[in-house]
Amino acid sequence: MTTEQVEPGRDVWPRDVEAAAAGMLHERAVAEGAVGDRLREVWEEEPGFKGFLTTVNHKRIGRRYLVTAGFFFMLAGIQALVMRTQLGSPNNGVVSAETYNQLFSLHGTAMIFFFATPMNSGFGNFFLPLMVGTRDMAFPRLNALSYWIFLFSGLFMFASLPLGMAPDAGWFAYVPLSDRFSSTHGLEFYALGLLFLAVSSTVGSINLIVTALKMRAPGMTLARVPVFVWAIVTQSFMLLFALPPLDVANVMLFMDLRFHTQFFVESGGGDTILWQHLFWLFGHPDVYIIVLPAMGIISSVIPTFARRPIAAYSFVVLATVATGIISFGVWVHHMFAVGLSDVAQSFFAAATLTISLPAGIQMFAWLATMWRGRVVVTTALLYAVGFIVTFVIGGVTGVMFAVVPFDQQVTDSYFVVAHFHYVLFGGAVMPMLAGLFYWWPKMTGRSLHEKAGMWSFAVVFVGFNLTFFPMHLAGLLGMPRRIYTYDDGLGWTVWNVLSTAGSYVLGAGFLLTLGVFVESLLRQRWAPDDPWGGNTLEWATASPPEDYNFPVVPTVHSLNPLWDEQSLPSMVEHRHDGVRTMTDKHEALRTSELDARVEGPMAMPSDTPVPLWLALALTLSVVFLMAGWYVASAVAFGLVAAIAAYWMWDRPDVEEIEEEAG
Amino acid sequence: MSRIGAEDHSTFSPVGPKSDFTTTAWWILFAVAAFVCVVVIALAVGAVVARRRATVHGGEAKGIVLTFGVVIPALVLAATFALSIVGIAKVAKPSRPAAITIDVVGHQWWWEVRYPDSGAVTANEIHVPVGTPVELRLTSADVIHSFWVPAVMPKLDLIPGHTNDTWLTVDDAGTYRGQCAEYCGVQHAHMAFSVVAQPEADFRSWLQGQSSPARTPTTAAQKKGYDVFTSGSCATCHTVRGTPADGQVGPDLTHLATRAKLAAETIPNDRGHLGGWIANSQQIKPGNKMPPQPLSPRDLTAVIAYLESLE
Repeated sequence: MTTEQVEPGRDVWPRDVEAAAAGMLHERAVAEGAVGDRLREVWEEEPGFKGFLTTVNHKRIGRRYLVTAGFFFMLAGIQALVMRTQLGSPNNGVVSAETYNQLFSLHGTAMIFFFATPMNSGFGNFFLPLMVGTRDMAFPRLNALSYWIFLFSGLFMFASLPLGMAPDAGWFAYVPLSDRFSSTHGLEFYALGLLFLAVSSTVGSINLIVTALKMRAPGMTLARVPVFVWAIVTQSFMLLFALPPLDVANVMLFMDLRFHTQFFVESGGGDTILWQHLFWLFGHPDVYIIVLPAMGIISSVIPTFARRPIAAYSFVVLATVATGIISFGVWVHHMFAVGLSDVAQSFFAAATLTISLPAGIQMFAWLATMWRGRVVVTTALLYAVGFIVTFVIGGVTGVMFAVVPFDQQVTDSYFVVAHFHYVLFGGAVMPMLAGLFYWWPKMTGRSLHEKAGMWSFAVVFVGFNLTFFPMHLAGLLGMPRRIYTYDDGLGWTVWNVLSTAGSYVLGAGFLLTLGVFVESLLRQRWAPDDPWGGNTLEWATASPPEDYNFPVVPTVHSLNPLWDEQSLPSMVEHRHDGVRTMTDKHEALRTSELDARVEGPMAMPSDTPVPLWLALALTLSVVFLMAGWYVASAVAFGLVAAIAAYWMWDRPDVEEIEEEAG
Repeated sequence: MSRIGAEDHSTFSPVGPKSDFTTTAWWILFAVAAFVCVVVIALAVGAVVARRRATVHGGEAKGIVLTFGVVIPALVLAATFALSIVGIAKVAKPSRPAAITIDVVGHQWWWEVRYPDSGAVTANEIHVPVGTPVELRLTSADVIHSFWVPAVMPKLDLIPGHTNDTWLTVDDAGTYRGQCAEYCGVQHAHMAFSVVAQPEADFRSWLQGQSSPARTPTTAAQKKGYDVFTSGSCATCHTVRGTPADGQVGPDLTHLATRAKLAAETIPNDRGHLGGWIANSQQIKPGNKMPPQPLSPRDLTAVIAYLESLE
């Protein structure tokens, strides 16, 4: 990896006049000319509605993830606006206490589980294969399954609201409130819905890890892997280790609720605090499961618009991986008010402080990148800078929680609400918006109205800060979180009025952002291959990418393949090399894990409805379980097993490929 | 600044050693945090403003990243850790042994307050002698609650099946507002209480009053109210010490008339509110555990008269 040799600041570099007119990279134009037609035939999927249901293409699935997660974001956002309206004045009666409690419980659950995590999966699905230079995910059918389960589990969870049975014990559902004291079926929806979703996250994680390890373009050694890919891989490993405690806790909760087991019942030999340990053992890593890929987006956006490679790449990668590991050792800082021993509290205070070091490394790597580059101001860059500004505020208040008595003072108050919105909105939503503005031309093939985009940033940024900054003060003035109303004269009114006003501004900002996206889809401002002069391989594909992504799998010569002199020309060079073009069959290139040496083509499955069937059967099983029809549920689960067996058995269109030595 | 009589629940005006520490810690942390934020935000915004026409430099800038991302933060974080350790030690024990013990039991959605040494039982109002360390034993009868008096002490949870031992000292006489800080169900928003810090003599006389059995009814209305109370549904949930009413579900009402507020600080304790509460508390605090009491107007007036006599 020789960043010194890279020519920074190279904008789109058209050498082929005709291709340039079409916004095509010269090298891709030549490669498409050689093999494009043949590949289009091989990779074509069923068109129309049937194709919609049977697709296994990572880009369509990725887009779907983004749209679906965006839809859940909108639902949870509307819930937030209702809550802010209720708190807009003291003793307000916009919603009842029951409704308010359901709203904040579902808002948190939806934002964390059905928006933030799947949104990252959407970006990962779409861009990880493109960035590593391959043609699809390692297991395209598993990918389709992962999406369908995510969609159905989200609908399952949200169905509880119109049924009047929404979870009402907060997103972390502490027992015994969620257990023996829960009066509706809301917590059963919660436990089953999250277990259901966990299937999706688990298979999705395995898919992303294998794709990143086995399918990188030749030459993309670990030292040339984009930070975003590192972040997605770290996040995926974290999910694999963080989900089991949550799954176990949810199984026990469901058993307690439905079959009157005593896992969390003190009088029955169970333990109340066990739930908190299991939940936060998942819950704290989950903060980074959400934030790390978002930071990966920042590490993609900033180098492009600073016109130079990212500073201290190896430190950024180490920081990413270190965050993933350390995040498993800080969960008790969510429990400092539980009354654990001083020794335990000091240990977790130290761990909490330690985890801010990797964040500091990344922060200064981005700042150094900008200060040693030439900054090009775009909407995506503004969102990235907005991220830095808000995330540092969330970061410093996070450090404060390591001072245990101070944590005990402000935990479960609005101060914490302010803190984690700075971390999660600042640290995840801002980067996701940066990512959407950055990659929109690649995903849709259309350009965005930049000026309107910048206005959307301004409104979102102002609205966000106006909503959440006053909450710090409300918390320090003694306002606990999760109260559906408050009396006047407690000193909280003015801060709540500001927050509520801010939330409307924020809502307007999102409407404007949505408008910018819709406007782009209605116009025909076609985007070139590489509108920003980006550095990573996704910009070497068409906008939007062809079904096969790369006509010729390139050889990667540096961390910034689009900026070096050799990576793109390798597409031209190898255009007659069967191993790189794979024009005969539906294949992708397999390479070695560490140094990405060619191991040979491997067969890729074609489109199929089987994942959808399996997801539907699993949905039936979960719905029957929820309804208490256990025999029907078992039968449906048998159906799941049968479909899985059929899936493994019948492999249409997959032709046996001879193993080739690497 | 005198705060006597003023309700206070802000972490910015501490009146006890615990909140003294957290407030001092806050201002230290705030100063450092503000400095860090100003530097980082200035660097981020400065780059956008100042680097738009700049020349691109190569290089990894590893030195800068290490210095500002690791070395300096590590020093700051080490100092923060020291502050944390000092704080943990500081709030662990009072400067001298506690003189009295108070048991606080969380209920959906009110606070049971017991003085085990004297037998006094009350609700939602914790009287303590000013300047004296008080031992608190916290537990819960149902779900997890959290005990928080921002001006006096940070949070500690009340957990069913566990007892959390802690302490508080209030340095200035006055009434300080506390509120449940762990979401505990539908009326979590209406689960407040007061800590009333009084001079030692006032506290002793208050405690003596609270430990004694209820006054006997004197007027005809009070007597009628007594009969309705002890023979009706009131007594199944509420205790009035010295009478047959010994229910254990709701708050002890032996000295109800001495309390300033009702329903965990939801409404003032006056005749109108008390009557409204008894007739249909569900309109005032929807979802609370007390069902509406279909008393005849005469019975209701009598019960109010009786309860108002319980000083």
